[in-house]
Amino acid sequence: MRRLFKIEQDYKAIVIGGSAGSFQVISKLLSQLPSDFELPIIMCLHRLRHVRNGFVEALNIKSSIPIQEPTDKEPVRKGKFYLSPANYHLSIELGNTFALTTEDLMNNSRPSIDILLQTGAYAYRNKLIGILLSGANRDGAQGMKMINERGGLTIVQDPKDCLIDTMPVSALNITDIDHVLNVQDIIDFLLSVDKYIKTKS
Amino acid sequence: MQELEIAQLRALTDLLKSKYNYNFTDYAMSSFRRRIQRIIELYKFSSFDALLQKLNLGNQEFFHEFLSEITVNVTEMFRDPTFWIEIREKILPDLLNLNKTISIWHAGCSSGEEVLSMAILLREMGIEGRVRIVATDIDMAILKKAKEPVYSVKNMELNTKNYERAKGPHTLDRYYEEKSGKAYLDKSLLKDVIFREHNLVEGQVFSKFDLILCRNVMIYFNQSLQNQVLKVFHESLFKNSYLAVGSKESLIWCEIANKFLVVNNEEKIYKKIKD
Ligand SMILES: C[S@@+](CC[C@H](N)C(=O)[O-])C[C@H]1O[C@@H](n2cnc3c(N)ncnc32)[C@H](O)[C@@H]1O
Repeated sequence: MRRLFKIEQDYKAIVIGGSAGSFQVISKLLSQLPSDFELPIIMCLHRLRHVRNGFVEALNIKSSIPIQEPTDKEPVRKGKFYLSPANYHLSIELGNTFALTTEDLMNNSRPSIDILLQTGAYAYRNKLIGILLSGANRDGAQGMKMINERGGLTIVQDPKDCLIDTMPVSALNITDIDHVLNVQDIIDFLLSVDKYIKTKS
Repeated sequence: MQELEIAQLRALTDLLKSKYNYNFTDYAMSSFRRRIQRIIELYKFSSFDALLQKLNLGNQEFFHEFLSEITVNVTEMFRDPTFWIEIREKILPDLLNLNKTISIWHAGCSSGEEVLSMAILLREMGIEGRVRIVATDIDMAILKKAKEPVYSVKNMELNTKNYERAKGPHTLDRYYEEKSGKAYLDKSLLKDVIFREHNLVEGQVFSKFDLILCRNVMIYFNQSLQNQVLKVFHESLFKNSYLAVGSKESLIWCEIANKFLVVNNEEKIYKKIKD
């Protein structure tokens, strides 16, 4: 049975962070969204810094919408799925465009989830949904806090449902999280959001 | 820490302009903000205003430290190995056909890794004497490092891997000596390189080139500054010569795109086809 969530906000974008143990989750999630999904989904997943190719291709096997790695200054488009490229930090600028940078590692990572989430929170404020999945470090926790402070909606994968729960637990420790959900519920949540946006427009 | 507001960043760039004649107004906002926040933490300023007051004193020495800290100098030798294969196998051979001295400009050369990669490639191709290289950066401190390249052994591990992936015919260690935990690069590689301070924002054309590399520099600029800098590059290139940008940059968002042809989209190499 699909769970129905009550949605009351015109969300503009979804950002997702994940690390160790999140690949299967993301894969499943992307396979169950409709191909006319309305919102952009922007993903920052920890990955090998010096392997440029292969990751998108692996995710695309299941994804209902082909995933792209954005280039610098590319506009964020509705209904597109994006993945942070290897060895660059991905930010969102106020004009609704992507920015890529090569600054130092943050939380031992480049791309860093915190950077994506924080800039997303700044650009989209209460119109952003942030989702943090399984992972073995604390990248993303500060970003979730910022989303929360800016009025956005936060979801973490239920620690019991995670292969490695350090990442969601770190977020739960420093900020209020709106929903703690297992993978299927996260999918149902996103489907509810999609339905809401479709009926509004 | 509270996120810095746009008005605060504006006050800062205004000060930098009036006091030091450096214009950072058109840097990309999100990374510029992070850099300023980082400096406040690094120097343990009590607040943003404390940084502003310090800069207001007009101390050149502090300003140049500040400049070094806001610019992002992260670089690698043979970064994006497949890019260097393309340079070795396609771009340089094409330019060699011109039968003249080839001019290369590394704009935003940072600590010199990219320049050294080029110099090694030229030596291995046996064409060192036929190429003139100009390497520029806004940051004087980093240029000094580029002229006397000494890198950490840890970075050399990555550089070595990149060199191997770029199908380098030797091992990278023939180009450096390890002393007390540091790698001293062979300075003779840089004998035909001119290093100079140059601010892309000011945008003077100072020479003409057959190949310009400006990789991972314009990502720190906003679209309008990018357009402006690309105009300068366009003017600084001979017809049918090449421009290379970083692997995640693209000219398609830029005004001048139609004057360039995409030679290799994966490696982001463009050719100037129209004046
Ligand atoms: C990330 S590094 C790129 C190094 C190298 N090209 C690479 O791709 O590995 C960026 C460099 O651009 C320089 N830079 C930033 N703003 C500049 C400007 N306005 N004019 C010239 N150089 C600038 C910085 O000082 C820094 O050394």
